Amino acid sequence: MKPKDTAEHYILSSSPHTHARSSVSRIMLDVIVALLPTTAAGIWFFGLPAVWTIATCVATCLVTEALCRLAMKRENTLGDLSAVVTGLLLALNLPAGLPLWMAVVGSVFAIGVAKQVFGGLGMNPFNPALAARAFMLISFTGPMTTWLKPLWWKTPEAMTTATPLAAMKRLYGCDVVTQATPHVEKALSGLPSLWDLLVGNMPGCIGEVSTLALALGAAYLLVRKVITWHIPVAFLVTVWLYAYFAGGAPAHLQVLTGGVMIGACFMATDYVTSPTTAKGKLVFGFGCGLLCMLIRQFGAYPEGCSFAILIMNALAPLINRWTQPKPFGGK
Amino acid sequence: MKTVRSTFRFKGGVHPDYNKELARGKVIETMPCPAELVVSMSQHLGAPATCVVKAGDYVVKGQLLGARNGFISVPVHAPANGLVKAVEPRLGPAGGKAPAVVLDTTAPAPDGVDVAERTLPPLDWRAATKEDLLARIDEAGLCGMGGAGFPTSVKLNPPPGKRCEYLVVNGAECEPYLCADFRLMLERADRVRVGVEILRKILGDCAVRLAVEANKPEAIAALETAFADIDGNVEIVVLPVLYPQGSEKHQIYATVGRVVPEPPALPIDVGCVVENVGTVAAVADAVEKGQVLLSRVTTVSGDAVREPKNVEAPLGTKYADLVAFCGGESEPPAKVISGGTMMGFAVPSLEIATTKTTSGLLLLSRRRVSQYSSQACINCGRCVRACPMTLNAAEIAKAVEADDIASAEAAHVMSCIECGACTFVCPAYRPITQFCRRAKASIRARLAAERAKAAAAAKPA
Repeated sequence: MKPKDTAEHYILSSSPHTHARSSVSRIMLDVIVALLPTTAAGIWFFGLPAVWTIATCVATCLVTEALCRLAMKRENTLGDLSAVVTGLLLALNLPAGLPLWMAVVGSVFAIGVAKQVFGGLGMNPFNPALAARAFMLISFTGPMTTWLKPLWWKTPEAMTTATPLAAMKRLYGCDVVTQATPHVEKALSGLPSLWDLLVGNMPGCIGEVSTLALALGAAYLLVRKVITWHIPVAFLVTVWLYAYFAGGAPAHLQVLTGGVMIGACFMATDYVTSPTTAKGKLVFGFGCGLLCMLIRQFGAYPEGCSFAILIMNALAPLINRWTQPKPFGGK
Repeated sequence: MKTVRSTFRFKGGVHPDYNKELARGKVIETMPCPAELVVSMSQHLGAPATCVVKAGDYVVKGQLLGARNGFISVPVHAPANGLVKAVEPRLGPAGGKAPAVVLDTTAPAPDGVDVAERTLPPLDWRAATKEDLLARIDEAGLCGMGGAGFPTSVKLNPPPGKRCEYLVVNGAECEPYLCADFRLMLERADRVRVGVEILRKILGDCAVRLAVEANKPEAIAALETAFADIDGNVEIVVLPVLYPQGSEKHQIYATVGRVVPEPPALPIDVGCVVENVGTVAAVADAVEKGQVLLSRVTTVSGDAVREPKNVEAPLGTKYADLVAFCGGESEPPAKVISGGTMMGFAVPSLEIATTKTTSGLLLLSRRRVSQYSSQACINCGRCVRACPMTLNAAEIAKAVEADDIASAEAAHVMSCIECGACTFVCPAYRPITQFCRRAKASIRARLAAERAKAAAAAKPA
């Protein structure tokens, strides 16, 4: 039998020849789905201003990503949906009512400076959304700490108010800001009830307020095996234990307010900027929780979650190096 | 004899689509000898056999075609009567070329040639000595039929000072699609039993562990029947369905709870010898019936084969003939794989022929095969969790991508068993296994060069 000359053109590739059919875009889509409950809660509590902020951030991130790739003469990466995740996460970490041009500047920073300058997805040392938030907090301190009251807030006469964290900082005396405003006094007069804390009926960033919605999203990510439990659990347990032993505000308040929940479940779990191994993730989560509480207790800002995660992002490669797995059969 | 569940679960592992239902119900069919056989001199791990025939010779079934060439080598025999048309380099399943004997099995025998199959005298294994049995296994050309093809007689003869405490019989067959070992255990459990008794005699009354994945209950039942009255320490160990359960190191851990240290350590260093069920059955035939290794069971499957089957075909059967025996192609295959989908080799042509290690031939349609372009690593850690050797596959891949072989070596890339679990789970479609292979090849080449240099320096000028 004469070998067929040109009829056969079989695909040649190195094994394996089968795949789990996971993909980067599917993972990003899962993160987006997991963020929907807290996005919805944010819109429910803060109304149209929240919608505008979210739309602005997502759109700006997509445009920036496309333009950067074009300028860098690299393939378009809009399809991996990571720009959508960055835009959404940034928006959820901003106060509703922030001037939209600031949201635009922050989004351009997130994609342009924090991500594409380093080479795009997978190369960035810092979580782009958090880097942008830190940049905005320093650049636009006033607007970034002006909190729109939730639509269902108990002091209907006020337009803006302090977050429970800021109130706690004043209340429990680790305060560097001395001028108490009438709004703060009002907030102090009654910290949110446990129910309000859980559903998110309190001032804060769009996506950080509703613990229940965030927990729902985190559960989805765990079920879909997008994230493992290590970072969120280490982070949250550390915050709780620190708050419990440091005294001051009731420990659960530290967990249920501010950016701890969204930080532990959605920001610190960012693959690119966190360690790979289970042991590394535990160390990373612990560091995030510890730094967050140190900043909350001793820092100038009432909230330290973003900075804590950014600092740990910088340490992630080192933690990775320390926590290399031992090979099966290895010494 | 008792059946137990494995209590040792290794870290990592994956669950690929097994697709075993295509062929698991198919009784082993013996294929008639095709008109042409291409018998490679390199069907095993180690040095290719030295060809002892030339073009124009007429050879008889069972006659020696290639002689053992060195310590790690096995002889090759004629799978059928035929005229040697050529002895020439031919492409093997793994990509390299090796000398092969091309046999025309339709040629008439010259006058005066005794055309009766050449067999070896049957041995009574109960009476035979260990040396006789080892010599027989060597003479019969047996090598590991699970895939690696390590010469069986070498494995069964531990170096001085090392003793085998456990013989582990590998019937895990964790590769997707493949059912050859499953059918063999189901249909020829008695041969496996005889083989086990012979091996136990050679290895000196060791304990026996028959390892079978839990998705093969019929095979477990068949083994239970065949081994019911065996004496001594024999257990059937039911393993959880998890790829790569068939890996030697992981099977030893799953059955005996021992961990083989990093290379160059071997299973015998922890008192274990692992043999594939097919090899064990072949040992029984070589000793009791005097049969040299001339055929093997191969699963022909995949969605582009009209009738998936388990075929007992002569060694050297071309893939095209195997496919024809299985009803031909149901549609043009996009990829042809020698072996399973996790560790098999994609081959360029159906002109390649079976060897002693061809456990499967898969024809996959375009729908089953996708071509991906890989993206940047997003550091998700899936490969690290999937790696059964608990290596940091992501780090190794990144190092190799940057041509930093030293970092890959420091990350223990030499422990990689190339099972493919990392690439299987990678959402960025990175060819991690391929990166590991590249690093291993590079390191081996460097070590070989260093050895050569040391040898040259040691030589007096």
